[in-house]
Amino acid sequence: MSANLIPVLWDSTLQTLYMVALSALLGTLIGAPLGIFLATSRRGELLSAPIANTVLGLVVNAARSTPFIILVVAIIPLTRLIAGTSIGTTAAIVPLTIAAAPFIARLIETAIREVDAGLIEAARAMGATPGQIVRKVLIPEAMPGIILGLTLAVVSLIGYSAMVGAVGGGGLGDLGIRYGYQRFMPGVMLAVVVILILLVQLVQSCGEWIAARFDKRAPRNRGR
Amino acid sequence: MTEPAISFQGVTRRYPQKGAAGDVMALQDIWLDVPQGAVTGIIGRSGAGKSTLLRMVNGLERPSSGKLIVNGRDVGGASDGGLRAIRREVGMIFQHFNLLASRTVAGNIALPLEIAGEDRAKIAPRTAELIERVGLTAQANRYPAELSGGQKQRVGIARALASGPRVLLSDEATSALDPDTTRQVLDLLQGINRELGLTILLITHEMAVVRDICSHVAVIEAGRIVEAGETYSVFSRPRHPTTRSFLQGVTGVTMPQFIAGQLRPAAGDAGAQAVLQVTFTGRHATDPMLARLTAERGVSVNILAGAIEEIGARPFGSLIVGLPADRLAESQGFLEQHGLMTEVLGYVG
Repeated sequence: MSANLIPVLWDSTLQTLYMVALSALLGTLIGAPLGIFLATSRRGELLSAPIANTVLGLVVNAARSTPFIILVVAIIPLTRLIAGTSIGTTAAIVPLTIAAAPFIARLIETAIREVDAGLIEAARAMGATPGQIVRKVLIPEAMPGIILGLTLAVVSLIGYSAMVGAVGGGGLGDLGIRYGYQRFMPGVMLAVVVILILLVQLVQSCGEWIAARFDKRAPRNRGR
Repeated sequence: MTEPAISFQGVTRRYPQKGAAGDVMALQDIWLDVPQGAVTGIIGRSGAGKSTLLRMVNGLERPSSGKLIVNGRDVGGASDGGLRAIRREVGMIFQHFNLLASRTVAGNIALPLEIAGEDRAKIAPRTAELIERVGLTAQANRYPAELSGGQKQRVGIARALASGPRVLLSDEATSALDPDTTRQVLDLLQGINRELGLTILLITHEMAVVRDICSHVAVIEAGRIVEAGETYSVFSRPRHPTTRSFLQGVTGVTMPQFIAGQLRPAAGDAGAQAVLQVTFTGRHATDPMLARLTAERGVSVNILAGAIEEIGARPFGSLIVGLPADRLAESQGFLEQHGLMTEVLGYVG
């Protein structure tokens, strides 16, 4: 692998980081409210809306069961509408966000459902509104689980972002396919894989560290 | 007579059962007045409906029919907003404490104040005051995971008091605690009741809790209140079998095993002994009535078991004695004439 490939690798890494960061952010902005709603809207729950809950659940499941590569192709018209083009890193953010949002919604739903029902009851007994219960009890109590869930989502997005490379999305995946596969440059392929592994490791470690800081449940996890 | 703090007026709670023949009746036609400023205990076995009863007071459960008045307001008919206002006047503590793991002691106690929309400037001093009141100043910045069970319940109590409630509900608050810690938590509750004049309604399955701090008690069985009144009178004259079974072992009068084994329903030969339970109440608990029975009537009394303790702040004694069967009627007459209660348990010998 020649030295002039280093800047190319660097650019691709930045593109990947850009795609992952932005789609994780947008996916969280869309997915978090959906997750909170899913976790609190079954019959008899805080924001009881069983029909909306079922419908949203079906939509989320449908989105989650569509293979990512098919999703990318299927929503090209939407991508064009939003990003103005269907090629390149910015365009890739549209399918990445659409894949991430329902995934994040389910992860946040799971984290919130882990919160002891007794705490909801205690907050209700204090005269809390459903909104206050969500803001002051559910989200803070579920925070360690939410952070670990988001970590998982970011790791998955790193994988997905490599996949959009196959359809001209840019980033490390794109580099790996164009140089490593099509031009028979195994060194580039290896470098791409190593960078991806390092990225995943970094994200996972940071996520676990942040989650532990938030976790006051066991003394061993005390912050500071 | 002041108005009761809580008044159940024919309250029923049904849970509709899908596919089953009928609804499950959790509570049936409950009539109960909880007096202002008193500690009232509701005792029952698990599944008797006591938890449902308690949770109705702050509207966590709604009555299916009947009326429930708390601090002069109708809980059953309250709107969501009205219910939230009622809840801020009713504190609640829980068996498993239900503290937020993500908040410190101070943060947990501040929560109801934040919910009520208090000024930040007012929350800190109020929280500090409550922490001091429950004796946790040194632990103010600790997290619940770092506290013992008793300390957690103290946080729960401070949190329940934060919004300045008039009524405190206790849902088996000491059931997860060891006896020493239970004692401390009960003392704290009793102190709060006396100093703040707070009405306390607690549910428990332990008669010892009722004996130690409740001035009034209601016994609940299969969704109905089977017996209610001042703890003292219920303890001294239990009418319902459930009450009696709860009282066993709590009032210190368990029949010694060797006697229980020999007990017969009728007197046998002339030398038989009658086994009598004598209950001393009020001032009579300290009178030497048995000594007088012996001195004045010449009846020799054999004490088999007994205890004198304090119930509802009044002395309460119960003895199991043996005396000659042929002098039984006379002895019973003598004792009852002097304000003691007697009950023939059987005969031996």
